[in-house]
Formats: sequence, C-alpha cells, structure tokens
Amino acid sequence: MRAFVNQRLSGRMAKPLAFVLALLPFVWLCLAAALDWLGANPAEALERSTGDWTLRMLCVVLAITPLRTMAGLPSLARFRRMAGLFVYFYAVLHLLAYSWFDMGFDLVDIAKDIVKRPFILVGFTAIVLLTPLALTSFNRAIRALGGRRWQLLHRLVYAIAVLALVHFFWMRAGKNNFAEVAVYAQILGSLLGWRVAQFVKKKKLQLPSMVRSQL
Amino acid sequence: MLIKNQTNGFNHPVASEITDRTLYESRRDVLKMIATGVAGGAMATWASRQALAQGSGLVPRPGKLQALSARPSAVAGAATMEKPTSYKDASSYNNFYEFGTDKADPAANAHTLKISPWTVEIEGLVKKPGKLGLEELLKLSPMEERLYRLRCVEGWSMVIPWVGYSLAELIRQVEPLGSAKYVEFVTLADPKTMPFVGSRVLDWPYVEGLRLDEAMHPLTLLGFGMYGEVLPNQSGAPVRLVVPWKYGFKSGKSIVKIRFTDKQPATAWNKAAANEYGFYSNVNPNVDHPRWSQATERRIGEDGLFAKKRKTLMFNGYEAQVGQLYAGMDLKKLF
Repeated sequence: MRAFVNQRLSGRMAKPLAFVLALLPFVWLCLAAALDWLGANPAEALERSTGDWTLRMLCVVLAITPLRTMAGLPSLARFRRMAGLFVYFYAVLHLLAYSWFDMGFDLVDIAKDIVKRPFILVGFTAIVLLTPLALTSFNRAIRALGGRRWQLLHRLVYAIAVLALVHFFWMRAGKNNFAEVAVYAQILGSLLGWRVAQFVKKKKLQLPSMVRSQL
Repeated sequence: MLIKNQTNGFNHPVASEITDRTLYESRRDVLKMIATGVAGGAMATWASRQALAQGSGLVPRPGKLQALSARPSAVAGAATMEKPTSYKDASSYNNFYEFGTDKADPAANAHTLKISPWTVEIEGLVKKPGKLGLEELLKLSPMEERLYRLRCVEGWSMVIPWVGYSLAELIRQVEPLGSAKYVEFVTLADPKTMPFVGSRVLDWPYVEGLRLDEAMHPLTLLGFGMYGEVLPNQSGAPVRLVVPWKYGFKSGKSIVKIRFTDKQPATAWNKAAANEYGFYSNVNPNVDHPRWSQATERRIGEDGLFAKKRKTLMFNGYEAQVGQLYAGMDLKKLF
C-alpha cells in the first residue's frame, strides 16, 4: 500500500495534478467574481477567501514533512516547493485584494493603515517575511545559499505561521468569533508541535554522544 | 375649543403638504442654484423624487411577504434621495448573530423564528407598564415609509425603505417618569428557534440602549416592515428598532422588551469589547474602529468591486437632524 502511494506520488502526472488542484480555488474565485456569485459584498468575499486559502495552503505545506516522516512517504517532498509557492500566491492575492478593494491602491493610505493597525501590521509582516522564501525557492538559490543557510532562512515559515494565525485571531477578536480561528490554531499548533517534539528527541539522542566526546 | 386639529384651524389638510424644514431652510441655496443655472438638473431629480413619494411607495414591492401599507413620512430627513438597495441584497446579507455569524446565515436559518403571537413588554420607570401585543403596536400610530441610509460598523452601507413609526409615539403613550433617562431594548433569545443563542460570541439576550432623548427623536423608528411588506425574519421580524445615525448594531432586532431606566444600559457589543464598540456608536468618520478606518464605506450593490469607497458622513448624513443631541460632548471619548 505504502509502496503504491509512493509510486503514484512520484509519477509523471502527480505534480501537474497537484498544481491544478491548488489553482482551483483561484479559478473558482475569478469565475464567481465575474458571474456575480459572491453575494452582496463581493469585495469582502474576495478579501476573506484569499486569506482563508493562504491559511489552508500554509497548513498543507507544513503538513508535508510530518506526513512524509510518519507515513513513510518520501516522495511527498517533491510537492513542498509548489505548496510553499502557493502559500505566497494566495497571500499576494490577499494583499492585492485588500490594497485594491479596501484602499483603492492609495499607497499613502495603505502605509498609514499598516502603521496604525496592529492587525494589518502583523499580516503585512508575515507577507514581507514570506517574500525571501519565495525568492529563494529555485535550485540555483539553494545552491548559492548553501543547504544549511537556506534551511535556516526557510525556518522563517514557522514564525510566519504564527503571525498569520495572530492576524486571523485579531481580525475575529472584535466579534468574539473564534470557532474558525481555533480550527487553524489546532492544525498549525499540532504541526509545529510535532517539529518541537522531533527536535527534542534529536537532542536527547545527541546528548549521550556529546557527553562521551567530552570525556 | 381652542385646540386645533386637522379638520379645524390649519390651512394644510395633510402634514405632507407642509414644506420640509430642511428644504425650507435651504431656500436661499435654491435661489442661488437658479441664479447660477445649475437648477435644471437638480430640480428634475427633486421633482421625480417627489412624484415617487406621492405614489404608493418608494420602491416596488418584492411580493414575498404580506403587504404593509404606509404613507410617505413627513419627518425631516426621513426620505433620502439615494437609490434603495435591492431587496435581495438587503434580505440576504445580514448580521443577526442569533442565527449565525456569517452574513448568509440569518437568511438561511431564520425561518424557525416564531413571530406570532408576539408581545413587547414595557417595564421600568414608566407610568403605564405592561404588555403590548403586536396587533396593538401595529395600530398604535399610522405607518410611515422612510428611506434611511444604514451604515454597518463593518464598513458597508445600504439604503432601506422601512415601514413603521417614530418610537416616540409609543414612548409618549407609556409615559416615562421624570427619573427615566435611558431606554433599554431587549431582543428575543430563544435557544429552541435560534441556533446560535448559547454560543460564546455574545451575552444573550442581545441588549441595546439609547438615551431617552435619542429614543424620542422623530428619526428613531420602530420598524415593522421594509419594501412595503412586513419584515423578513432575518431583518428582525416582527418589530425592530432603526436608528439611522448610529451603526447598524444599535438597531436591535425582534424586540421583546423595552425598559426605561435611570442608568446607562449595558449593551451587548459594549460588554463584549468596550474598546471597540461604545454605548453611543454614532456613525462618525473621524473616530476609527481599532481595526479599520470608518472614514469610508462600501455601498452594497452599487459601488463596484473596483470603485473607490465613498466617504462616510458624520452621523451618517443626519447631522442636521440629530447633531444638537450631542452638543458639547467629546465624541472621540464618548464614541
């Protein structure tokens, strides 16, 4: 069974299929906007759903490594870059929707808004931090940086996940509406928690050898 | 008899023939307009608007619910010249948290609301407390149609043709005591028919409040219908409050109790987040919500996706009528 899944995931069609799948929300939103299916306030619907999809993609990309390790599916690693770039894609759409529909692309107003409102500042910081990750996602950049430094840089995604969650929490805080926030917090929390657990386990394994070397 | 009434004493047979005060006070502007030649267009819209007001209603009836006939209101400011929002948008994009927190939830879930029989209890500092059935309330004063702007605290707005009468008519009948300073509105909280009553979003029941002079202002409407028909459940059937110069959440829906008090009522959103929602919550473009600007708004159904948002007006454009209620108050502190 595992071998079969692994084989399928490394097949030629797997990546294009994943690409189309991840693009579907975008296609749907464009279609719905053009055909007036977004209800009475289409601008708000677009702003919210692009934000939702950023969070969902963030969950997907952070789930890849735990799933790969726990389920023994090494071929999942092939999808990590694409998933990460889709996080950035939806985040940029989210920023674009806000800048366009809410602020009318008035850069002065946007700058003022970012400084004035912590909730916008947190979201904006997250996308700023996400930018170097997207820019260094191709192979040449990885080689140029060197694997270790590249990995260190890309650990920023953990901070980004926390910022994204805080941004969402703050948005909903005024209306005490935390049901959805709690769902994302649980998913992201367990995905980050798994990494902490792995880290602690590794440290424990390393410790005896370190102690030995000091003797 | 020295007391004059409609049949005896006045030259005006109906109140609607009396020139609107705001119009009367702007007569010099009209003269100036004529002098500068811009009158043609402006007068044409005015005339067509008047013609509409003389007709059976401001907008065609959607034909979904029972008709509720009304005459055009003579209250100053009660008929904006703006284009009414479509009934579809007004009845499908709602905040009514008892039925869910999504804007589409109330329209989907509010069919369970049982609006008959319905009574509104009058209590507190009044000479005539007691229970009023919906039928009594409907007959208490003639129904008026009023076209009001509605500005939500979330930054969107609509224009709604309401049917009802000034809350002041009811207040005068129940005779508040001299000690009454505030009016509290308690809305229905029935966990059997309202699926979200019990959720931790707010303290139930949803309570709103006004200062007595705000409640007595002729623009403060006790609403029973919209678009020439009784209210759809999601819009607060069978009886609700409409305070057009305040953010929408001040206008409680499906009211079951009106209480007269000497203390400022603890209102639902103020209790939930006092730093974000003040007791007054007057529409004010100069006082931002902590998480977004209140300087502009998006008119539902009118401002396209890529249109710049329109400027929000002080007191939602009702400053001429209600500004004096807040003379001398620091509206930045008492937001």
